[in-house]
Amino acid sequence: MTMHLIPKPLLFHSNDWDFDTIRRIYDACERIGVGELGLDVYPNQIETITAEQMLDAYSSSGMPLFYKHWSFGKHFAHHEAVYRRGYGDLAYEIVINSNPCISYIMEENSATMQTLVIAHAAFGHNHFFKNNYLFKQWTDADGILDYLDFAKTYISDCEERYGHLAVERLLDAAHALNSQAVHRYPRRSKPDLRSEERRANERRAHDEQMFNDLWRTVPRTEKIRTGNLDEERRRALLQLPQENVLYFLEKTAPKLAPWQREILRIVRNVAQYFYPQRQTKVMNEGCATFVHYKIMNRLHEQGMLDDGSYFEFLKSHTNVTFQPKYDDPRYGGLNPYAIGFAMMTDIERICTEPTEEDRQWFPEIAGKGDPMGVLRDVWANYRDESFLLQFLSPKLMREWRMFHVVDDPDRPDLRVDAIHDERGYRRMRRALARQYDVAWIDPDIQVVDVDLAGDRRLILHHNVVNKMLLESEDASRVLQHLADLWGYDVLMKEIDAPTGMVLKEHRASAQPIGR
Amino acid sequence: MHIVDRRLNPGGKSLGNRQRFLRRAQSLVRRAVRDQSRDRSIKDMGEGGEVSIPSDGVREPSLRRSSAGGMREHVLPGNKQFTEGDTIPRPQGGGGGSEGAEEGGGEDDFRFVLSQDEFLDLFLEDLELPDLAKTRVEDLENPAWRRAGYSTSGSPANLSLTRTMRNSLSRRIALNRPKSSEMKELEEEIALLEGRGDEPDRVAALRVKLEGLERRRKLIPFVDPIDLRYRQFAPYPKPVAQAVMICLMDVSGSMTEHMKDLAKRFYALLYIFLKRRYRHVELVFIRHTHTAEEVDEDTFFHSTETGGTVVSTALVEMLKVLQERYRPEDWNIYAAQASDGDNAPNDNERTVSLLQNQILPMMQYFAYLEVKPEDEPLSLGLTSRASDLWRAYEAMDDAGPRFAMRQVRHRRDIFPVFRELFRRRGQGAEAERVGAS
Repeated sequence: MTMHLIPKPLLFHSNDWDFDTIRRIYDACERIGVGELGLDVYPNQIETITAEQMLDAYSSSGMPLFYKHWSFGKHFAHHEAVYRRGYGDLAYEIVINSNPCISYIMEENSATMQTLVIAHAAFGHNHFFKNNYLFKQWTDADGILDYLDFAKTYISDCEERYGHLAVERLLDAAHALNSQAVHRYPRRSKPDLRSEERRANERRAHDEQMFNDLWRTVPRTEKIRTGNLDEERRRALLQLPQENVLYFLEKTAPKLAPWQREILRIVRNVAQYFYPQRQTKVMNEGCATFVHYKIMNRLHEQGMLDDGSYFEFLKSHTNVTFQPKYDDPRYGGLNPYAIGFAMMTDIERICTEPTEEDRQWFPEIAGKGDPMGVLRDVWANYRDESFLLQFLSPKLMREWRMFHVVDDPDRPDLRVDAIHDERGYRRMRRALARQYDVAWIDPDIQVVDVDLAGDRRLILHHNVVNKMLLESEDASRVLQHLADLWGYDVLMKEIDAPTGMVLKEHRASAQPIGR
Repeated sequence: MHIVDRRLNPGGKSLGNRQRFLRRAQSLVRRAVRDQSRDRSIKDMGEGGEVSIPSDGVREPSLRRSSAGGMREHVLPGNKQFTEGDTIPRPQGGGGGSEGAEEGGGEDDFRFVLSQDEFLDLFLEDLELPDLAKTRVEDLENPAWRRAGYSTSGSPANLSLTRTMRNSLSRRIALNRPKSSEMKELEEEIALLEGRGDEPDRVAALRVKLEGLERRRKLIPFVDPIDLRYRQFAPYPKPVAQAVMICLMDVSGSMTEHMKDLAKRFYALLYIFLKRRYRHVELVFIRHTHTAEEVDEDTFFHSTETGGTVVSTALVEMLKVLQERYRPEDWNIYAAQASDGDNAPNDNERTVSLLQNQILPMMQYFAYLEVKPEDEPLSLGLTSRASDLWRAYEAMDDAGPRFAMRQVRHRRDIFPVFRELFRRRGQGAEAERVGAS
């Protein structure tokens, strides 16, 4: 790094901006982000939008295009009402994990805010999307926009062909199973969403080519079962147990029409695309916040940002990274921006100015220098759970005065299990990390068997941990959707994992789904 | 890096989603709109606004852990006094898990904003105007003309030059009519040769050719009668797209502010409703005691007169206004009469006959609204308490579907009465003249 003795000209003088300003800001951020911090980003596309368009984007999961469903309209109405009553501000930006990486910036942001937003989204998030192993493994940044375009067209075609109601009911059912629609373990090949559209078209063309009305008149021969498939073999054939319920339905539900399977596939692919985001909230926001903090500070040091702008930046930065205490009425869980940013700043400190304690806890990185190299490695190879488990330092736990409370229903009181002291650090860190493990947060639900010989009933298990049962009304609604898709009865048993005891059962019978 | 300015992109990208949402929650939203319109002042009736529906109806269920039961662990910031092993009394109200309630979930109502159009659509959804507009349209009293292609005959004023010249041109090309430029060339050549005088044979041949061409030009005229095309017009029944709404009210001393308020609410509803159906709606206010006069809106509602009550005077005034300004052929005429039911006993007969013989035939709809004091004890049988005017109107046989009468006692009755009057018919004729409330 060179010290710039001669201050550079200010990026902007007033808080108004135009496209030249944006370009100047971007170039300055790029020089620092790529040149000094060594970030590796997708090409950027920056789009200016209005508040209304921001609301639009909110309601379609932030994506520039999405298929239509009433639930998105509901979310829009909700955000709109909140915004209009002045209860909530809109986000300053939305960034999309795509190649090129699209960042939306709102027109009413001041020039300072645009600088912050560009540093945050176009460099921070962008670097994370491009380099984190989860995103590399699970998402296809090149293909996502094309795939969504295909999905949108496909679903609106289906609405025309099969009626709004049928498509709506199918999407309702599929959305209800959204969090049971992801593969949690790596697949053999990288997802390739571009080929999805081609595949669907080919299959439809093939069906149309092969269609011959005469076949309908041929009397059907009853298939003769070659004896009873033994249980092992049946489960193997059906790929059971299966935790991706939508995948299972798409492949095996007996009554679904091809277009219905395709729509299930679309919902599943979209859920899979968003899956890494759920697992990396702390890291993703931490990375972006850390990057914008670095860039803004460098800009100020180099004289490209005046003191007024710098204060404006500090104000929104501290707002974003504010963490209320547990007894504060504003407390609503740990703020991912705050903890992510604090941990990454802490890592930087450990690399450059380690204490004796740090050397004990983090022998690999303490005093190693090159904090950016370490952070880039962290951003690439960890998710929230492993990141917290590995890098939450005792110093930070003390600073935040963390404590671990256990709420055991068998006891009259809550018990403090660990606090920020020598005995508690590791236990508390483990407990905190587990709260960020999606596999732990989401209930473990699996399709375990199908009663093929009998009434074709589908059997699912919920492996209950710590006696935390499912929310029962929602569960029965979801199960009804599931039965509608499956076409026959569905039974879900909630089984206590340690003892194997059945704690609760939910049942649903199929109602014919519109076609 | 690209910068794209999306601000000018057409908005309303999520309109499709919104429509799907409203359709999905239709019955809930409709109920919310109805409930709310009861509390709203008439002036704001036509505005959009925030409504809330039970969130249960638009729930998006998912398989998630319930917030109660089981062993929970929390890691919290901001420890002040605890050490390991301390116990904390369990906070009341379920302890509130660290996973906060999802947005829109929970038992709270789901609140959102409806636009004015959406609000009115739902508000007036299954109402319709009495089925009279159609008959009026059929008897073609006021036909309009519109273009109906071309014809080969017509008045010169309707000659379509473009069509005619197009036909003429194609005919001239088809029949190979000699062009004037061609003739001119030929004449010039003859003049040239004659001037030189050396090729007399060729000149003669050219002259013959020229003569032939000239003859041909005369045979094939530039514009032939068969080329002529005239614009044709055909009459069609033009629906009357304007309406006049006549508000009649008794303003004698017996009408209290409360009664006037009820009447006003009814008029306002009718006005909003007509506004949605007709392009242009005019209002006429006629107040009466023992005499009647046309007044402006403010006077109508806010000034009291003293005097007796002679209803027929108002009807006469109304007839006068209609004859002067609103011919039934051009206007859809609606009238709403509000009164407390008093009338001079000797006037009833005249009122009924005016209404029945002269007024109703040119009306689209005539609604009589009898406003009653709020605190009047509920009558057991309507007939026993029925007013003079009510009895007179009730006795009017053969009033047909253009006439309806209702009693209103309380503000909350207005909307149900209004709905009842304009409900979409079809499921059997309702008993038309049963008093509401």
